[in-house]
Amino acid sequence: MKNDELFGLLQVLYPDVSSTVAETGEIQWQVPTGIFLEVARTLKDDPRFAFDSLMCLSGLDLSKYPTAVKGEFVGELLACVYHLHSFEHGHEVCVSVTVPKDETASIPSVEPIWLVAGYFEREILDLYGIAFPGNHDPRRLMMPEDWIGHPLRKDYQYPSNYSTWELKREGQNFTSGPYA
Amino acid sequence: MIEPNGSGSTLPGPTGPQVLFASVDEFLNWGRTNSLWFLQFATACCGIELMQTGCSRFDTDHLGMLPRSSPRAADVMIVAGTITHKMASRVRTLWEQMAEPRWVISMGSCANAGGPFSKYSYSVLNGIDKLIPVDVYVPGCPPRPEALIDGTEALKERIRKYQMFGIRDTEAIVIE
Repeated sequence: MKNDELFGLLQVLYPDVSSTVAETGEIQWQVPTGIFLEVARTLKDDPRFAFDSLMCLSGLDLSKYPTAVKGEFVGELLACVYHLHSFEHGHEVCVSVTVPKDETASIPSVEPIWLVAGYFEREILDLYGIAFPGNHDPRRLMMPEDWIGHPLRKDYQYPSNYSTWELKREGQNFTSGPYA
Repeated sequence: MIEPNGSGSTLPGPTGPQVLFASVDEFLNWGRTNSLWFLQFATACCGIELMQTGCSRFDTDHLGMLPRSSPRAADVMIVAGTITHKMASRVRTLWEQMAEPRWVISMGSCANAGGPFSKYSYSVLNGIDKLIPVDVYVPGCPPRPEALIDGTEALKERIRKYQMFGIRDTEAIVIE
């Protein structure tokens, strides 16, 4: 089924869902955080959608795109982008969920729906600081448990030391390096 | 009074245990150099070269080097690969579990100084010498098996100078 036909089907059920075109030309469905779990359940279980595979789950820091939602300034945002694929029908979609960028950012976990999401969510929790209530193992994945901060946020300050050793070197401050 | 001999090549004067245990040291070091069992500890692509060194073409078995899976049975720890901050505490624990006399070979650029990740990575430790004392640095990305065998030969020279009560060289050797 075509993307716009699928979107029409979903909008009958959930009028709050909107469809936007990203900078890359990819069509993204914007889903509000409040109904996201419900929408995800429908996308998995409804036989017309039957998205049985979560291909990719990415985190994004949208600090450089502060007008990401419907052309209105809503402050700095973090986002999770879900790429879904249906083996049954062969179609795929891209679903995006945005949350305000602060220490309490959270999106419901889809681990009960797609089991593979567990590790992706732990990685995003580690690197972007988005909490996923419902994940059965909400620990950091890559950094040590007692690490402070989330390294892939744009405003992250690299610490000067960790445990017993120094970390700071010339060029290691992400606010002034080539990756700022 | 027993002081660690940090100076290296020259033995101190005829005082203390050096003379008393000289023949015993020589005999024990003969055994140590010819049965240098190493801890299997490969965290990245240097581990592939470590396996290659152990396989039939280079064959560390004929040098008396056997891979051991337990740190308690190993003499030398070959740190082959990138060490992240999360892995760092595990490296330290494994090193502490090894029995004296224990030796450390740092294999490859990542273990030596962080390698390609040293400047802008948020997760990689810039050199294992922040955690554990290193005896031999083997540079390369990754080093060839010949370079690693060269490193073990340099380590054997150091082990031949090891003396009773933990008197040993502490200055690191850099293979060029």
